[in-house]
Amino acid sequence: MMGGNREAYNMPHDGHHHDHDHADGSELSPIALRVKALESLLIEKGYVDPKALDVLIDTYETKVGPRNGARVVAKAWTDPAFADWLKRDATAAIASLGFTGRQGEHMVALFNTPDTHNMVVCTLCSCYPWPVLGLPPVWYKSMPYRSRAVIEPREVLKDFGVTVAQDREVRVWDSTAEVRYLVIPERPAGTEGWSEDQLADLVTRNAMIGTGVVTLPA
Amino acid sequence: MNGPHDMGGFTGFGPVLHEAGEPVWHHDWEPRAFALVLAMGMTGSWNIDEARHARERLPAMTYWRSSYYEMRHYAMILQLIELGLVSAMEEEHGRMAVPPKPVKRVAKVEMIPAILAAGSSYDRPSNRPQGFAIGDKVRARTISPRGHTRLPRYARGKAGEIVAVHGTHVFPDSSARGQGEDPQWLYTVRFTGAELWGKDTKDAVCIDLWEPYLEALA
Repeated sequence: MMGGNREAYNMPHDGHHHDHDHADGSELSPIALRVKALESLLIEKGYVDPKALDVLIDTYETKVGPRNGARVVAKAWTDPAFADWLKRDATAAIASLGFTGRQGEHMVALFNTPDTHNMVVCTLCSCYPWPVLGLPPVWYKSMPYRSRAVIEPREVLKDFGVTVAQDREVRVWDSTAEVRYLVIPERPAGTEGWSEDQLADLVTRNAMIGTGVVTLPA
Repeated sequence: MNGPHDMGGFTGFGPVLHEAGEPVWHHDWEPRAFALVLAMGMTGSWNIDEARHARERLPAMTYWRSSYYEMRHYAMILQLIELGLVSAMEEEHGRMAVPPKPVKRVAKVEMIPAILAAGSSYDRPSNRPQGFAIGDKVRARTISPRGHTRLPRYARGKAGEIVAVHGTHVFPDSSARGQGEDPQWLYTVRFTGAELWGKDTKDAVCIDLWEPYLEALA
């Protein structure tokens, strides 16, 4: 059981990240065959448009991703009026940068402070703010993260090499409704006068989930 | 339901293993499975709560052993068969054997960008009076419904404080049962780690909870 789960959810993959699918299907795994069969069937029954499938995949593979969220963070760091708008109405403030839609309909921005480190999880499924972060990484959807983030957040942060000072509160946000959370990490010292573009390049996906912090390159 | 999806507080799933530079997909079938779930969702055959509930109704061991996209695929097959959109034999063979059932919409390729950009909001007008305000002390009810709920087990019976009010949103417990949206007030409730886990900690968990999940604490 344990081994099965860890293999499915957790084991780092073996370096070549794509199956080498063959046209005759002889080397497809059972799940690959099953997905392929269902795709043919749903197209044959007219429920899905095959070209629409390609566009959906391309959208989340190439167009929507954490660079969007990094733009939001960099603007919040450099534009106090925008930061204030984010605090009051994150959905509207984020939409003003063009990031809207599915799984980002009701946004809340969580600002890290000297007193509080915010961290986001979805214990019940894998809710995640797609328009600003794209699709979630495997670990975010994994049983270890979903189970442990709420009961031992500091131990989970250790798995990411992050230590939060004992006198700061780690505040975990469990996304149980359709509200989606974006962490606004603290701006690192030594970035005074940097442009939004330079700052955005520093912001990592994990920092916007709360399992990372933003640091200057060594 | 007290299903396998309700992960918060479990231990025994091991460390959170994250992969540096993780690709969007790890197998060729994953984007196809992802796109099929999205495209079928766009036919309007089920709502988001019914889709989540289908995943929760998978056998527990299937849920825990499967990778995320496998789990989504299995849950969709369950829905397709239950709704008569696909027969079990068709799913097995990948060929149509019975005529398609009418669906509300087929998402054609040209419709996809607009559908994704629009998303679907979940706030709904309601005449229900707002029962709680920021600062109110509440207790999450102890419930064990057989159907869908978004009140995680680890919060049931625990006392917390209202920290945000989000207006009235679709109530998943009703929506997942096909009993209508029944909009209810949605709050963020902050629970201390001490209350949730009996731990000496200053950390806390914030959870989005609908009013029927809560009772006033005197």
